[in-house]
Amino acid sequence: MSIDTSKVADSNRGTAATTAKPAKVGAVANWADERLGLGTAMKKNLRKVFPDHWSFMLGEIALWSFVVLLLTGVFLTLWFVPSMGEIEYHGSYDPLRGVGMSEAMASTLHLSFDVRGGLLMRQMHHWAAMIFIASMMVHMMRVYFTGAFRKPRELNWVIGCLLLFLGTVEGFTGYSLPDDLLSGTGVRAADGFMKASPVVGSYMSFFLFGGEFPGESIIPRLYTIHVLLIPGLILALIAAHMLLLVYHKHTQWPGPGRTEENVVGYPMLPVYMAKAGGFFFIVFGVIAVMGGLLTLNPVWKFGPYDPTKVTAGSQPDWYMGWPDGLLRIIPGWESVIFGYTISWNILLPVLVMPIVMLIVLILLPFIEAWITGDKREHHLLQRPRNAPTRTAVMVALMTFYGLSWIAGGNDIIAIKLHLSINQITYFLRGAVFIGPIIAFIITRRWCISLQRHDREKLLHGYETGIIMRSPEGAYSERHLPISDTAAYTLTARERETVYSPESDTDANGVAAPGTRLNRLRSRLSTLMYADNVQKPTAAEIEEAHHHAEHDAPALPAGKSGHGTNGEDFKGIHH
Amino acid sequence: MSDHPTGDHLPATVEEPIANPGLPAHTWRPTDVDPKAERRAERQVASLFGASAVFTVLFAVSYFTFEVGENWDTFMGLGASNVFLGLTLGLALLCIGAGIIQWARKLMADEELVEYRHPARSSDEDREGTLQALSAGLEESGIGRRPLIRNSLLGAVGLLGVPAIVLLRDLGPLPQDTANAATGGGLRHTLWGVRPNVRVVRDVVGTPIRPSDLIIGDLVNAVPDGLFDLHGRELQVAKSKGPVIVVKMEPREIKSGGNWAVEGILAFSKICTHVGCPISLYERTTHHVLCPCHQSTFDLADSAKVVFGPAHRPLPQLPLGVDEEGFLVATSDFTEPVGPSFWERER
Ligand code: HEM
Ligand code: FES
Repeated sequence: MSIDTSKVADSNRGTAATTAKPAKVGAVANWADERLGLGTAMKKNLRKVFPDHWSFMLGEIALWSFVVLLLTGVFLTLWFVPSMGEIEYHGSYDPLRGVGMSEAMASTLHLSFDVRGGLLMRQMHHWAAMIFIASMMVHMMRVYFTGAFRKPRELNWVIGCLLLFLGTVEGFTGYSLPDDLLSGTGVRAADGFMKASPVVGSYMSFFLFGGEFPGESIIPRLYTIHVLLIPGLILALIAAHMLLLVYHKHTQWPGPGRTEENVVGYPMLPVYMAKAGGFFFIVFGVIAVMGGLLTLNPVWKFGPYDPTKVTAGSQPDWYMGWPDGLLRIIPGWESVIFGYTISWNILLPVLVMPIVMLIVLILLPFIEAWITGDKREHHLLQRPRNAPTRTAVMVALMTFYGLSWIAGGNDIIAIKLHLSINQITYFLRGAVFIGPIIAFIITRRWCISLQRHDREKLLHGYETGIIMRSPEGAYSERHLPISDTAAYTLTARERETVYSPESDTDANGVAAPGTRLNRLRSRLSTLMYADNVQKPTAAEIEEAHHHAEHDAPALPAGKSGHGTNGEDFKGIHH
Repeated sequence: MSDHPTGDHLPATVEEPIANPGLPAHTWRPTDVDPKAERRAERQVASLFGASAVFTVLFAVSYFTFEVGENWDTFMGLGASNVFLGLTLGLALLCIGAGIIQWARKLMADEELVEYRHPARSSDEDREGTLQALSAGLEESGIGRRPLIRNSLLGAVGLLGVPAIVLLRDLGPLPQDTANAATGGGLRHTLWGVRPNVRVVRDVVGTPIRPSDLIIGDLVNAVPDGLFDLHGRELQVAKSKGPVIVVKMEPREIKSGGNWAVEGILAFSKICTHVGCPISLYERTTHHVLCPCHQSTFDLADSAKVVFGPAHRPLPQLPLGVDEEGFLVATSDFTEPVGPSFWERER
């Protein structure tokens, strides 16, 4: 595009806009730099480049909703009374007037009905908590599916996993604070979980509750954990997460001019700062509107906690749903060994599984790196289809999570769909095992066929949707070559090699130590790579185009090109 | 991959078979070349900021206009105050956000910059230097040469974990120290055992029950007599262990557990043996009770055995009798702990 650049607005000129009041700004900067010496660090970072993609916003949502949690949480502490002391309620909410309840519950009602904006802040706090955890999960999936967790970013992956875990615990402690019937039911279940712990179970319960359940200490103790301990840890981990992000520089999608060695995007000041800062107001605003319009956790309808009462369909917040689901569908296994009771029915679903899930998540990058033996840094993202096995692993985990989560609502499903709760339970008992396997196989196949489709596009162009009729009367679809940019972007990925243990065997053919492990590694590497469709070589592209020119003007239908297709491609990298 | 120009820390092979065409040329936006479009965008952004200010004022107005408390449900079934505060605050924030982002997209420079990456690894010289500094420091401390000092220090510091744990001891009493049959304290006692023949009284109202008050198919929530004299902590603890469900069925329908029944009336702990929710849903034709928390189902006609769900143990049964005035009583405490299982339960 030829353009008369004399008309171009100032903002895109190479030179900095002249500062209107150089003296003042300069004086402040000088004062600060002579004391803090920030000049050097700022010089590098003020114009630090951040690449742009919608999926990079997911982590930002998590960050900003955490800020909203801090702000609204501090507001709540001004009125909330973390005490289980019993009082009679005399506030404005008529149906509960005269009812005995804890000060925690009474102050929550006070916040909801007698403090202007109090209900809004409570609801915003709770909505922000849900968005915080949901966005962390989606952000984590983005990082996994695109391979952004690979070297050098493994530690940030670990920090992210810990943040997700801490956020969930923080949410549970917050949910317990109002001391209403639902939260008390949750705490009662937590007491049961603790008592099921081997050896120390009843001690843990008596220590945490300050004696027998429910005691008078649990709310003040959870309060300290909720407003001080866990937020402090989360804050520290977020700070480390951000520092590492800046140090590593953000990953980027491959494309023309975007390589492993550079990062292309907008500078921190002004564009990225404006976009991220503006986005904070958007997240905050959306949460405020939700807090205004969408009722959440109406504790006044549940009433105060009473150990003799429970409501049907009682459910924890959604992020606690999946262990709760496993807890519902596990058979009632319990054994007594040497006179000691082991409650497998509680131990496995709520004490073992969440920890196993956390460990599996933390280990994913390290397992993959071991299988591939890849010790290089990766800054270009991968499309999920180009790592079919990895993608399938996450989809399998998601399927397990989803089915467990559905099990957490088995009573609601039974009522809504008029099914028998027994049948749903028996079905899910099988499904949590079989579902992930099926999901793994389907996802992997699907990714590979998408890869094949990409290869087809590179070799024979894209389908135009124009149907051609040849002089002999045969019909074919006209294909046109894709643009250079598109072709480059599709091929900006590596060729993969399957690990083979032979390379670890010494010259006399004697197996190196640890060979059994190596054989496992080679099998996993085969699973990971051998069926993948590799990008065509220059010669293959040359040949396909040559072929096409012969049949010009109409490019032949894709079918004629099957000989060079990925089906028999895998032979070459064994 | 060692042939890569920047060393072997990066993958090398991404730029074949198609050569990298390089960054596309920058294209100017309408706001870059058309002063009118530029001014329009400027006005848009400023109006968004202006709108935000209006909403903030409206927020303050709503705060002082709408009462909370009595008339809280005056708008869309929600508190008017809450709806207006939420909407005005939300819109004030959203307008600022939209304005800033519009400013960035339309008016700030949109030329992409390129920055080079560097390996996370430090240079060989730096690593060498660090190792030297480290070994010099360690050498000068003599930590390697004086294992006695090193080991005694490690031992002493490690032992400091003890105060950290010991200090937590007073968080609560030990389970066995709270055990007290006379007050119903601990994991193995309830109010039913504090004296002989504790009356079974109705939940909430506290009135005693005569067997003739119940008809076949009835279910009554009941608690031990004396529960309502308690307060605060004691009341809550007693409520979490004492409640029972009292049911009456045809004596011939009772498959087991009948020797603790009075005229077809049976009493079972209301506290689920799974993780402790109060059981609530009773189906009188099958005599099944269902726990609403995780759907464990117990057959009250058969000693409350588990017929479905994750619970393992039957609900503990309370042995019933009738006192001289003809009211239902417990002839003893439960003969096993109520509620969820725990490690030393069978001991
Ligand atoms: C990661 C961050 C956090 C999460 C996930 C979280 C989650 C929650 C949840 C779900 C509730 C129940 C809200 C309800 O419906 O009543 C709650 C209550 C509460 N939170 Fe947080 N919170 C977080 C951080 C904080 C912080 C930093 C503070 C204070 C400094 C705080 C103070 C409170 C207070 C005082 C309550 C009780 C308010 C009431 O029940 O009315 N929270 N929190
Ligand atoms: S507490 Fe009753 S089934 Fe879980």
